[in-house]
Amino acid sequence: MSVLTLTVDGQDVAVPEGATLLQALRAASASVPVLCHLDGLTPVGACRLCLVEIEGSTKLQPACTTPAAEGMAVRTSSAPLQQFRRMAVELFFAEGNHVCAFCVANGNCELQDVAVQVGMDHSRFPYQYPVRHVDASHPQFALDHHRCILCTRCVRVCDEIEGAHVWDVANRGSHCTIVAGLDQPWGEVEACTSCGKCVDVCPTGALFRKADSTAEKHPHRDRPELLRTAREQHRWHNQGGAKA
Amino acid sequence: MVSAAPPLRIRCCGASGCRSAGSEALQQALEQAAAEIAAAGGAGAVPAIKPVGCLRLCGRGPLVAVDRADGGSELYGGLQPQQAKTLLQPQRQALASAAIATDHPFFSLQQPVVLENCGRVDPGSIDDAIAHGSYVQLRRVLEGVSPEQVREQVKRSGLRGRGGAGYPTGLKWDTVALQPPGPRTVVCNADEGDPGAFMDRSVLESDPHRLIEGMAIAAYAVGADQGYVYVRAEYPLAIARLRLALKQARARGLLGPQVAGSRFALQLEVRVGAGAYVCGEETALLASIQGQRGTPRPRPPFPAQHGLWGAPTLINNVETFSAVPAILRRGGDWYAAIGTASSRGTKVFALSGAVRHTGLVEVPMGTSLRTVVVEMGGGSPTGRAVKAVQTGGPSGGCIPAPLLDTPVDYESLLALGSMMGSGGMVVMDETTAMPEVAHHFMRFSRNESCGKCLPCRAGTVQLEQLLARFVERRARPDDLARLEELCTMVRCTSLCGLGQAAPNPVLSTLRHFRGEYEAACRDPAICEPHGACRLPAATSPGGEP
Repeated sequence: MSVLTLTVDGQDVAVPEGATLLQALRAASASVPVLCHLDGLTPVGACRLCLVEIEGSTKLQPACTTPAAEGMAVRTSSAPLQQFRRMAVELFFAEGNHVCAFCVANGNCELQDVAVQVGMDHSRFPYQYPVRHVDASHPQFALDHHRCILCTRCVRVCDEIEGAHVWDVANRGSHCTIVAGLDQPWGEVEACTSCGKCVDVCPTGALFRKADSTAEKHPHRDRPELLRTAREQHRWHNQGGAKA
Repeated sequence: MVSAAPPLRIRCCGASGCRSAGSEALQQALEQAAAEIAAAGGAGAVPAIKPVGCLRLCGRGPLVAVDRADGGSELYGGLQPQQAKTLLQPQRQALASAAIATDHPFFSLQQPVVLENCGRVDPGSIDDAIAHGSYVQLRRVLEGVSPEQVREQVKRSGLRGRGGAGYPTGLKWDTVALQPPGPRTVVCNADEGDPGAFMDRSVLESDPHRLIEGMAIAAYAVGADQGYVYVRAEYPLAIARLRLALKQARARGLLGPQVAGSRFALQLEVRVGAGAYVCGEETALLASIQGQRGTPRPRPPFPAQHGLWGAPTLINNVETFSAVPAILRRGGDWYAAIGTASSRGTKVFALSGAVRHTGLVEVPMGTSLRTVVVEMGGGSPTGRAVKAVQTGGPSGGCIPAPLLDTPVDYESLLALGSMMGSGGMVVMDETTAMPEVAHHFMRFSRNESCGKCLPCRAGTVQLEQLLARFVERRARPDDLARLEELCTMVRCTSLCGLGQAAPNPVLSTLRHFRGEYEAACRDPAICEPHGACRLPAATSPGGEP
C-alpha cells in the first residue's frame, strides 16, 4: 500500500492511500469537531463542522469525506474556520430545543462537547422553539425529536450495519425529520430488531433508552467501527491487537 | 405589411405562455375558418394552419405568425378566436392594432442558434423536424466522424454549460470519455427551477427533436448507450411533447439498438421530478433518477467520474445540448466567433418583470444588459426608471441600473456579485425595495433547502428572519453586521451550490443598495431620544442610494 504525505497545520504526516483528511488530521493530533461523522459509517459531510482549508483551493472541504492527497497542505483552525464553527453550533442550538439540564445525555452529549470545544455559551441567533414531538411507542427506546440534529447516524447505522433501514429522513429544509418505517410510530415498525444501535450512535439525547433518566445515557459510539472491522477484516477488538 | 393574396400559412404558438393566453381556442377557430374556405372551394389556396412553438414575445400571446405568399411574414398578438376569419383574408388592415412590428430590436437583435427552429417547426411532428434539418448532424456524425472529432468541435466552439456555472462543455465531455472503459450515461438537466426562467421549457415545447439530436451526439461522443432527460413535473406540456418526440425518434430508428442504422446504440428516457428545486443540483438530480431522496452529496467524486449508478455520467442542461447540432453543422470556429473571448456563442434569456416586451431572447454573449433590457425589452411599461436587473434567480444577484452597460458574460456578472444562472432576467423598476427582493429569494431558498447540511437548513431560516426585520424596518445596526456575517458563513460552509449561492441575493443588494438596508435600521440610542430616525429618508421618492 502506498503512503501519502501531507501537512496538517504545518506538521508533516503520512497516511495510507485511500485515507480521508479526517484520518490525516487525527494522525497529526489535530482536532476538528464532528457531529455527523462516526467511524464505521459512510461519511456524508452534512454538519460542516470538520471543514478545513486546503492550500490552493478556494473552497472549504469537509475532512470526513475528502480523500487525502499527496502534498496537500491543510489548515484546521484559522480564524474564519473557528468563527464558522461557532456559528454552526449556535445554529444547531437555535434550530432545536436543547435543554441540557434535564436531558438524558447531559454530560455525555457530543453537541454539548462541541459547544464547549468551540466556546459557545449562548446563541446570538434567536431560538426557534420548533414544535416537535416525542415518539415513545417503542417498548424499550424513545425518540425525542426536540433534541435531534439530523446527523443521520441512526439512518446510516440501521441501514449499513444492522441492515434493517428502519430510519430515514422525511420532508425538507427546517421541516426535515427522522421517520421510522413509512412515517409510523417506531413501535409499530416490524423491521425494527430492537438492537439499539441507533440509540448507541446518537450524538445527543434524541434517541435513548426509556430506563435512562437525566444524565444517565451512556452510549456506545464505537460499535459501528467495531462491527465493521469485525465483519470486513475479521478483527475482533476483544481479541487483542484490534486497534491498528 | 399587407398584400393582396391570402396568407400561405399561419403559424400558431402552442407553447405554455401562449396557451395560457388562449392559443388553443384561437388555433381551433383558425382551423375552422380554413376549413370553411376550403369548403367554399375558392380559387385561391387554402392557408395552412400550423402549430408551432415559441414565437418569443410571450407577453403578447396568443401569438400567430402569418407567412405571406411573397415570402414575408407578419406577427399578431392577443387575437380573439372571432378574429380568426379576418386573419385568413387577403386584406388584414382590421387587425392592424394587433400587429407586432417584427423589425423591432426585440426581434432584429436576436441571433437564434438554439432557438433557430422555435416557432418554425411543428413540435409534434418528426417529419417537420427532419424537414427543418433535425438529425442531419447525428447521421453525418455516425457515418464518418469519430467521437474525438466531435469533442474537438465542441471544444473549439468554446461552449460553456448553460445551466449556470459555465463549466467548459468540451472539457466535461472529455472527462467522461476518458474514464476507464465501462458503461457511461448522459443526463439532460431539464429541472429548470429558477423563478423567472423559462428558456428550457420553451425549447422542450417548441423543438424537442433538437435536444434529442444534441443528446444523441453527446452520447456518441462520450461512449454512452443510456440517457435520461430529467424534467420537472411542473412542465406537463414539455414532458408530453418530449415523450412524443422520443417515441417518434424510436419508431424512426433514430434511438434504440442501432441508431440510424449504425452500430451506435442509445436508449433515451424521461424522468419526471417531484417538485424539489434542489434536484437541479447535479448530484441531487442523479440521486433522484436513482429513486433516492434528492439530496446533494459532496464532490469530488464528480458525476463525470462517478455518476449514475457509479458510471461516468455527462450532465448538461437543455440549452447546452441543444446548441450542439448547430455547432456541428457550422463548425466550432463559427460558434466561437460569436460572443466574447471567455464566453462564446449565444445565450437565451427569459426576460420578464417590469419590462414592456416579455419573452425569450437569444443574443450573442457580451451583449450589454442595457441592450437587452432597454432596447429589446423596451424598458419599464409604466415609464418609471429601471432600478435593477436580477439575473441568476435565487443564486444570482441584482445589477443596479448605473451598471446596465455591463456585457452579459459569465465573468462580468460574477464580478458584480451576480451570476449568469440559467438565463432568467427579471427587471425591477424604482418601486421595488431591495431588502424585499432579498427577503423574497431567501424565503425561496429556505423553502427549497433539502435540509441535509446545517448552514443551508438552519442558516436560511435565520437569514429570512433577519431580512424580515429590514423589510419591516425594525432592524438595528448590529443586525446588519450579523446579516453579513451569517451570509458569509452560509456561502462558505454549505454543502452544495444552492446553499453556497443562497446568500447571493442579499450580498449583491447589500453591495449595490446598502443605503436601503441602512435606512431600514433604527438605532434606539440615536433615533429615539431625538424623536427622529432615518426612516423618512427611505420613503422619499426616487430612493436610489
